[in-house]
Amino acid sequence: MIKKYTHNCEKSESDCQRLCCTKIENFNVAIGKTQILEDVNIHIHCGELTALIGTNGAGKSTLLKAILGEVKHSGNLKYFDAKGVRSGHPCIGYVPQYLNFDVSTPTSVLDIFMACVTSIPSWLMSPGKIRSRVSQGLEKVKAGHLIDRRLGALSGGELQRILLALALDPIPDLLLLDEPVSGVDQNGLELFYDIVSELREKYDLSIILVSHDLGLVEKYADRVILLNGRVICNGTPKEVFNDDRTKKAFGMLLSGQNAKEKTGSVVEREEL
Amino acid sequence: MLDFWYGLVSNLLPFQWVEHTFMKNALLAVLLATPLFGIVSTMVVSSRMAFFSDSLGHGAFTGIAIGTLVGGLSPLWGTILFSVAFAILITVIKSKSKTSPDTIIGVFASTAVALGLVMMSFGGGFNKFSAFLIGDLLSIAPSEVVMLFGVFVGIILLWLFIFNKLLIISINPSLAASRGINTLLIEILFSSALAVVVAMTIHWVGLLIINSLLVLPAAAARNITINVRQYHFASVCFAVFSGVAGLIISYYLNTATGPTIVLISAMLFFATFTIRGRFVS
Repeated sequence: MIKKYTHNCEKSESDCQRLCCTKIENFNVAIGKTQILEDVNIHIHCGELTALIGTNGAGKSTLLKAILGEVKHSGNLKYFDAKGVRSGHPCIGYVPQYLNFDVSTPTSVLDIFMACVTSIPSWLMSPGKIRSRVSQGLEKVKAGHLIDRRLGALSGGELQRILLALALDPIPDLLLLDEPVSGVDQNGLELFYDIVSELREKYDLSIILVSHDLGLVEKYADRVILLNGRVICNGTPKEVFNDDRTKKAFGMLLSGQNAKEKTGSVVEREEL
Repeated sequence: MLDFWYGLVSNLLPFQWVEHTFMKNALLAVLLATPLFGIVSTMVVSSRMAFFSDSLGHGAFTGIAIGTLVGGLSPLWGTILFSVAFAILITVIKSKSKTSPDTIIGVFASTAVALGLVMMSFGGGFNKFSAFLIGDLLSIAPSEVVMLFGVFVGIILLWLFIFNKLLIISINPSLAASRGINTLLIEILFSSALAVVVAMTIHWVGLLIINSLLVLPAAAARNITINVRQYHFASVCFAVFSGVAGLIISYYLNTATGPTIVLISAMLFFATFTIRGRFVS
């Protein structure tokens, strides 16, 4: 595991020295006259899980959408592999926060996989070759038995694992996880993060996680970034959680050393 | 042009209702149009576009007025061109604007239909257009059937190419964007395809009920299916069955064909609705 942290609460500015990394440089997002993100710089090494925390409206989801290219932004997104051979735009896997789809939709897990990973029309056929590829992908997230299940019949946790498996085919350079605010129980979340940690080590994945559960962040993240329109604080979970600005942002929720006990069910506060 | 078909029907279907040439034309048109309705309706329902597809009928209605009154263009081509332009306009504005899609569609649909009505009633000649409200399936000309065949092939080819992408967009647009899908382009292609189907068939089915053919087959199919292959199969079967049955029944009962087809589709919907628990968990 690469532990190469910069100092507490400074912008990450170390260059990647023969390590594979992803750089977000000078991201600015303005919608109308409102500046939502200002000069965001983030540097992620492969194999690192970086958690984005912040209050509602801090711009976490906007940052993810800007990285996906869905929201217009200025600044660069760069990826460098370990040997410096390939660089450019990273291949991104994305696990959405929630799916606002019609739960009665007649779409099976296999269908949505086929639609994402092949151009074979899924309404016409489902060749056995694709089926075995999909079931391998699902095994990675311990969901092999769900292949023929209807999307609307999955639990929140199952759906999240399916979406993770989708984001991992093909294996991305950068994985974006938008954690659901509700609909997944605590056991489901822990299983999800155990799988994420396992896959991260196996594939040396760079992960950006938007999380609302500070307890889980403390347990699984290598680095935490407190966001509020810009990067306020950047460091190890311990460093960031002990920072006054974090305590102020999350109010009473993080007053002690041990964030986990007090944030089992974090409710974010509107004001900062 | 359709002699082969006429001979085939005379030999295979020695029934009274297909003795007339206009019924043979109508039967062929139904066999070509209803599978299209069945196919496109799957995504109309899955993408919650029932209101949008309804507005396409209004757009096509105005297209008829423009096609008929503006010279230099055959009415059918006028209708198709205007409907496609109308569909693309709504799709683009919907994606660029923050206003609720319902409002945008409502504004455009009512503007279009009002414009159409004003143009048609200009000089007091609305009566000759009132047939388009109900449509007349038995007035199909052989040349229109041939054109419908072209549309049939075109839509099937398009569907092979865009369905997977449409499915992902209907589940989550951000997920689609993360997989490099140009969501606006795909939506434009789909709405244009819908507009062409509507413009081709509105003369036969009529403005008042065309939308039901774009919603009912898939709505009924959803009651009893759990994956996209079953969904398409059931939707197409329901659409074709109600089309053919509606044509035959309307012949013997001497009723308007379009509404008869819609009533049968509706019955299929209610029938599948009552038994859906057995198929869909």
